[in-house]
Amino acid sequence: MKIIHTDVLVIGGGLAGLRLAIGAKRRGHDALILSLVPAKRSHSKAAQGGMQASLGNVVKGQGDNEDVHFEDTVRGSDWGADQDVVRMFVNTAPKAVRELAAWGVPWSRVRKGDREVIINGQKVTITERDEAQGLVAQRDFGGTKKWRTCYAADGTGHAMINAVADQAIADSIPVHERKEALALIHDGGRCYGAIVRDLITGELSAYVASATAICTGGAGRVYRTTTNAVICEGMGHAIAMETGVAALGNMEAVQFHPTGIFPAGILVTEGCRGDGGLLKDVDGHRFMPDYEPEKKELASRDVVSRRMEEHIKKGKGVKSRFGEHLWLDITLLGEKHIHTNLREVWDICHYFLGVDPVKEMIPVKPAQHYTMGGVRTDATGQSPALKGLFSAGEASCWDMHGFNRLGGNSVAETVVAGMIVGETIANYCDDRANEPSIPTALVREFLEREQAKLTAFTKGGGTEDASLIKGEMQDLMTTKVGIFRTGADLEEAVDKLQKLLVRSRRIGLRSSSPGANPELVTAYRVQRMLKLAVTIAYGASVRTESRGAHFRSDYPRRNDAEWLKRTLATWKGESDTLPTLAYEALDVKRMELPPGWRGYGAKDYIDHPDTPERQKEVEAIRARHADDRFAMQAALLPYEHLLPPGLRGRNERIDERF
Amino acid sequence: MAETNNHRKLRFHILRYNPAQPGDEPRIQTYELEEAPGMTLFIALTELREKLDPSLQFDFVCRAGICGSCGMMINGRPSLACRTVTKDLEADISLAPLPVFELIGDLSVNTGKWMRGMSETLETWVHMPETQRDLKRIEEAMDPALAEEIYELDRCIECGCCVSSCGTARMREDFVGAVGLNKIARFRLDPRDKRTDADFYELVGDDNGVFGCMSLLACHDVCPKNLPLQTQIAFLRRKMVTTGIS
Repeated sequence: MKIIHTDVLVIGGGLAGLRLAIGAKRRGHDALILSLVPAKRSHSKAAQGGMQASLGNVVKGQGDNEDVHFEDTVRGSDWGADQDVVRMFVNTAPKAVRELAAWGVPWSRVRKGDREVIINGQKVTITERDEAQGLVAQRDFGGTKKWRTCYAADGTGHAMINAVADQAIADSIPVHERKEALALIHDGGRCYGAIVRDLITGELSAYVASATAICTGGAGRVYRTTTNAVICEGMGHAIAMETGVAALGNMEAVQFHPTGIFPAGILVTEGCRGDGGLLKDVDGHRFMPDYEPEKKELASRDVVSRRMEEHIKKGKGVKSRFGEHLWLDITLLGEKHIHTNLREVWDICHYFLGVDPVKEMIPVKPAQHYTMGGVRTDATGQSPALKGLFSAGEASCWDMHGFNRLGGNSVAETVVAGMIVGETIANYCDDRANEPSIPTALVREFLEREQAKLTAFTKGGGTEDASLIKGEMQDLMTTKVGIFRTGADLEEAVDKLQKLLVRSRRIGLRSSSPGANPELVTAYRVQRMLKLAVTIAYGASVRTESRGAHFRSDYPRRNDAEWLKRTLATWKGESDTLPTLAYEALDVKRMELPPGWRGYGAKDYIDHPDTPERQKEVEAIRARHADDRFAMQAALLPYEHLLPPGLRGRNERIDERF
Repeated sequence: MAETNNHRKLRFHILRYNPAQPGDEPRIQTYELEEAPGMTLFIALTELREKLDPSLQFDFVCRAGICGSCGMMINGRPSLACRTVTKDLEADISLAPLPVFELIGDLSVNTGKWMRGMSETLETWVHMPETQRDLKRIEEAMDPALAEEIYELDRCIECGCCVSSCGTARMREDFVGAVGLNKIARFRLDPRDKRTDADFYELVGDDNGVFGCMSLLACHDVCPKNLPLQTQIAFLRRKMVTTGIS
C-alpha cells in the first residue's frame, strides 16, 4: 500500500485550492495539491467578466466601499448569507485584487479623461479622474449599486489562475495532476486525508495529512444544460457527504446564468450586460425594463433568468429546431469594445455559432451555472462536524452567497477564501495536538473498501449502463429541478432519482481496459452524482418558499418566519437513497442588515418575528454613529476578530487616503 | 445560427493505443457516426465513447476553447477539438494525439507535465523584490496600454499546439517551445518582474531557447489564440543577441 504524507492535502487545483496551498506553504507547512487536470485547466479559468472588490477607482465606482459591497451581497443572497462571512469577504476582496496585481495579473486599467460608455441603452460620456490613471478598472455587473467588478478584458479567471498557478510553482508546491480523491479517510470524528485514484494508471494510493481541504468547485454537471466544465461533477461535495458526518449546506440553491449561448450552454459573460448589452425578444423588443424598471438587465441573475423564462412562456421566445431562446444584443457596444474587452465572447460566438456579435445578436437562454451549496464550514473554513476537514471556494458553503450569488463574487470568493482558510489551516497545523496519529489499519481498510467498489463494477455482474443513467439524471434535473420548481415536479424528481440511484448500484462495465478506463470513471462518479442530485431535489421539495435562485411557483413568497435557515444534508448509510436533512437557523438578532426587500424582484415576503425589533436596533445604532462608518459597522456586527491578523484593517481608496 | 439538414455519415479514423494494456499495438480504428446540427468534435467524441467504444481516451475540460485540454491532431494539424465544428470538415476525419508530449492513451497526452517542467525551467512567475507589498494600500499604477499588451501575451492557454507543430521540439527534448518563449516575452514586458535581459539570457539564450528556433512559423500558424508567436520570438532573439554580445 502506497502512502504519501503531507501537512495539508488540498483536493482541487483551481483558484481556491491554489491560493489556500500558497498560504499554508508560506506559513511553513507542506502543501500538496491533487487535481483532476493540470491546475491551469481548472474551471476557475472560465470566469470571464471579473472579480468584485470595492476599490472605487472608476468614477462610476466613486463612493463604493465595504459597506456597499456588503449590502449588495446580502441582498443578492436574499438574506441567506452568513453576514459575518460577508463582512470578512468584502474587507479582504480589495486586498486580494491588490495581491493579484502584485503577482502579475494584467488587470484592465483606468484611462483618465473622457470615454464613451453605454448605459441603459444610451451612449453617455463619463470622465475618469486624473488620480485614477493606471489603477485597476471596474465595470458594472448585476445586483450592484456601484461599478465594482475588476477585470482583465473578459479573460479574468484565465489571467488570475495563470498568476496564482505560477506562484504555486514558484513556491515549489507539488500539484499531483490527473489524480482523483475517491474517499476521505476518517474515523467518524477526524479526517486524515484521502484515498486517491491515478487517472492514468488506475492505481489507488493513500494520502495522509494533518488537514484536508476540499476545493473542488461546483457540481453543475448533474444538469444537462450547464455552463460548467465537464469536470464539475461535484466529487468533492460527494466524498464529504459520504463520510456520513460532514454536512452539505443549501444544496437546493442552484444558480442559473441568464446568458448561456443557445443551444450549447457555453457562457457569455455578464460583462456583456454590464457593459451595456441588452436582452431582446422575438420582436426585437427590449423586455427587461417591463419587468424590472429599477435594475432592468442588471437585476440579480436569479431574477433575470426567471424573467427570461417567463417571457418565453408568454410566447415571446425565438423558435428554433432546438427549442426557444432569446437574444443578447451587444452590437451597440461597437467593434472596438467587443474586440478588446469582450474578445472571448467574440471567439465563442464565432467558433460555436458562426455569429459575429459585432453585427448580429447572440442566441441565449438561461443555463445552470453555480452551486451555492457545498461542504458546510464555519467562518474559518473548517467543517464543524469533521475535525481536520476544511473547504473553500464553490465547493464550500462558507456561506457568503446564501441563495443567490452575485456575478463577480465567485472568483473573488475563491482567492479571498483561499487567503483566509490558508491561514486558519496553517494555525491548525501549528497546533501539535492536531498532528495525525492514524493506525495504518484504518488507511488500509479505506483503500480496500474503495478497491472493492471499483472491482464490483467490472466483476460484479451488473447490467446497468453508466452513461444512460447519467443522461437520465441530467434530463430529470434540467426539466424538474430547474428555474421554476413545483412540489409535484420535485416529488417526481426525488422518486425517479432514488430509483436511478438504486439502479446505479447495478452498473456493469463493457470495457475492462487497464489504466485510465473512462467508463469506470463515469460509473463511480455517476453513483456519487446521483446522491448530490437527490439531495438537491429533496432539499428543494421540502423548502416550501422562494428564496434567491430557489423559486417555488407553488410558494412564490420568501418566508423568513419559517425558512430563514440553512439546509444541512448528511448521508448516513451506504444503502440509503435519501439524505438526512436538518436545519440551522440564521439569527436575525445578530444581523447587520435585517431581512427586507432586495431592490429588485418580488416585494412580497413574510417577515421573521425578530425582524422589526432588530430593524429598530439597527436604526438606533446607525443614528448614533452617523458620522463614522467604521464605528457604526463595529457596533452593528463585530467581525474583525474572525479574520487572520494580516488581513485585518481598512482599505485605502482615492477618496479614503491613509 | 447556421443550421444544416445534411445528416452526413462521418467516419472517424482514430489512432488507438493504450500503453497500460500489455501487448497493445498502435493502430487506426474507424468509427461511423451520424452528424448532428452544430456538432463539434467534443460532441462527436463524447457520443462515440458513450455509444460505440467506452474505452476511448481523450481530454476535454471547458469545451469552450479556453482551457487548452483538447489539443489533438485533426486531419494532421494541431487544433482544439472542442471548437472544431464537424460541418467545416470532410466526412472522413482523422484524429491522432499531439506529438512531442508523453502519450497517456489514444488521443490523450500529458501536456500538463511538460508545461510544469517548462515553467520550472523558465521560472515563469513575476520575480518581485523581497519586500512585501502592503495590501491595504492603493495598488501601483500601470499604463493601461501596457496592461493590454501584457494581457495579449497572457492569453496563452498552454494547449501544446505550438510545440506539436515545431520542428525544433521534435529534435530537442529540452526546447522550451513557442509557449515558453512567449512566456518570457510576457514577463519581460511586465514592469512588476524585476529580471533584466541578462537574467532572461541565462534562461533562453541557447539552442534550447531562442536560438533553437528555426523560424518555420508553424507555431504562429496553428496557435488557436492567434498569439503573435513568431513576432515575439524574433524580437526576443534580437534582444538576446544584443545582450549576449554586450
